[in-house]
Amino acid sequence: MRARIPFALFALSALTAGLLSAGQAAANDPVELTMYYPVAVGGALTDVVDDLVDEFESEHPDIDVEAIYAGNYDDTRVRAMSAMEAGDTPQLSVMFSIDLYELLEQDAIVAFDDLVESDEEREWLDSFYPGLMENGQLDGKTYGIPFQRSTIVLFWNKDAFEAAGLDPETPPENWEQMAEMAATVREASDGEQWGVMVPSTGYPYWMFQAFAFQNGHRLMSEDGTEVYFDDPAAIEALEYWVSLATEHDAMPDDTIEWGTLRQNFIEESTAMMWHTTGNLSAVRSEADFDFGVAMLPMKAQRGSPTGGGNFYIFKDAPEKEQRAAMTFIRWMTAPERAAAWSIETGYMGVSPAAYETEALRDYIADFAPAAVARDQLEHSTAELSTYQGGRVRRALDNAVQAALTGQMTAEEALSQAQQEAEGVLRRYAR
Amino acid sequence: MTLTAHGKMQLYGALLLLPAAVLLAAFAYLPTIMTVINSLFLPGFRGEPAEFVGVENYQVLFDDPTFWQVARNNLLYALGTIPTSIALALGMALFVNGKLPGRGFVRMAYFTPTILPMIAAANIWMFFYAPQIGLFNSLLETLGFSGVNWLGDPSVALGSVIIMSVWKEAGFFMIFYLAALQSIPPELKEASDLEGTGRWSFFWRVTFPLLMPTTLFVLINSLINAVRVVDHLFILTKGGPNNATNLLLYYVYENAFSFFDRTTAATITVVILLVLAVVATLKFTILDRRTHYQ
Repeated sequence: MRARIPFALFALSALTAGLLSAGQAAANDPVELTMYYPVAVGGALTDVVDDLVDEFESEHPDIDVEAIYAGNYDDTRVRAMSAMEAGDTPQLSVMFSIDLYELLEQDAIVAFDDLVESDEEREWLDSFYPGLMENGQLDGKTYGIPFQRSTIVLFWNKDAFEAAGLDPETPPENWEQMAEMAATVREASDGEQWGVMVPSTGYPYWMFQAFAFQNGHRLMSEDGTEVYFDDPAAIEALEYWVSLATEHDAMPDDTIEWGTLRQNFIEESTAMMWHTTGNLSAVRSEADFDFGVAMLPMKAQRGSPTGGGNFYIFKDAPEKEQRAAMTFIRWMTAPERAAAWSIETGYMGVSPAAYETEALRDYIADFAPAAVARDQLEHSTAELSTYQGGRVRRALDNAVQAALTGQMTAEEALSQAQQEAEGVLRRYAR
Repeated sequence: MTLTAHGKMQLYGALLLLPAAVLLAAFAYLPTIMTVINSLFLPGFRGEPAEFVGVENYQVLFDDPTFWQVARNNLLYALGTIPTSIALALGMALFVNGKLPGRGFVRMAYFTPTILPMIAAANIWMFFYAPQIGLFNSLLETLGFSGVNWLGDPSVALGSVIIMSVWKEAGFFMIFYLAALQSIPPELKEASDLEGTGRWSFFWRVTFPLLMPTTLFVLINSLINAVRVVDHLFILTKGGPNNATNLLLYYVYENAFSFFDRTTAATITVVILLVLAVVATLKFTILDRRTHYQ
């Protein structure tokens, strides 16, 4: 048994040494920040983030940022929240822009209004597109800063349009045209190619929200306590989506997979797809045909929900670290970085100033589709976001999938989702 | 204070047990107890204290049609994966235990699915299953059949998940059967050859009974796997379309982390634990007694 004593001593001294060095670190080393972030589209975005972080650290030697790739949006939220519960809260993270209500309910984040001090910082807070701020604000306070933000855009294959006798330069303007053009492509290809695909796994509620908004309908109240899924305008929107498969034979039956859709488009198995603009750069580098990007077609109006991730700062971090986190976020969202990020990915430049940088101006002059998401912003709406958002979105996801797979009519599915959501939201709707 | 020799031995034994006991307590007993406690409370809303509601959470859970759908899915999943993967594993093991050319290569090929990380395998299969561009539909179309939307059609989606699980599991179980087959003494085969026993009755009368301990082990493992499957669903279906492929543990995950509803998650967990406890008791009382160990 004696042999064990030196080991215990060793362990003890190692522990003390560790504590001592930790104490010293606090005294004169840089502020250390941990950030989780998601990637929801293809491509080597982690490299882009790592390069940005390296550049930041060389400009700010007093701040150390550890950026940790944490999977998709859900995984990232789970990682950040479990770290918080374990008492090892990160200082900042990129999470879903629509996580706001849940993060507030868990009392996890702070408002940027409470952190900004100088006028310059306040100006920065006002420098973003208002459309992108909608999901990050509540009761006049800003909790989320736009970073990897998107809208849904229409990608179309110009070669396929030409082969079907359509004008390759003219994308569909409205719902009827999209159905017609899609059916035309399908017929002209002898059933070899689909006309259009709208993904219905991953984020079905997001796509549905676009249809509903184009039909002039907003799915939720501004304060996130009520939803309006079974409105006639919403039902009509879902019926139109279903009819693309059943009536027009222009879209496959059953659900369409979010994760493989881009590959479908690149392999020309569909002539059009609805997808996040975050895929733009990947489609550009992989497609060996001529393609275009357009705003989504309209019904009563144009429209797409915004989407993507925001920066949040956590409440548990000491004020010094929160300030450092804000410095980092300001740096990351500065016009030059926002422009570079947009060029690398296809995500939007988050502020008007980003589109005024030389880099992004030149890029758009050379590649016009890069401006579509920005132009569509004036027709955009906030992404579906309510209290108990996970459950409410899941109810709507199920309804959309039930209608698309023919298990229920659009009306049945949506009124069931409405009931489910109302049950969940009852205690918030007072 | 001095200890007797016996006391010292006891202390020594207790100390040896301590690490395992601490780990078990920290990662098994304590979480279980916390889960049971959580399942009896409603969490506080905006800072109010949690409220004790007894079995109400269970009543709510049993009234939830989604829970029953998920439980049914899981039962179908177990019935679909367990017998198939065991039978396939046994077949493959018998095959590669015989004399055939390139035996090492075939064994390796059967085992490959096991060493692939689940997430990577699921990503590959997602593209196999993709309706227009996927491998399976391309094959079907060359044979003149129309394609199937493997993961997008609620009536076949669960079956597609099951097929992939069988592919993943059978190779793993094969290894155990192969090891067991090789530990069967060759004299038995020689003796039965002298007696003129047919291959078929030799398998049923000798080989299969001697493989019973392995079968039992594999059965328990596949049962556990059927309950703890969650990773394929992340990639392949996220439980959709319309909950058609949602399984119990994924439903727990969804409740805990997508819906922030720890209470429901805890309640379902307790139900799963109880069911597994019943199965474990059956195993110890019935199956173990009927199994012949060498």
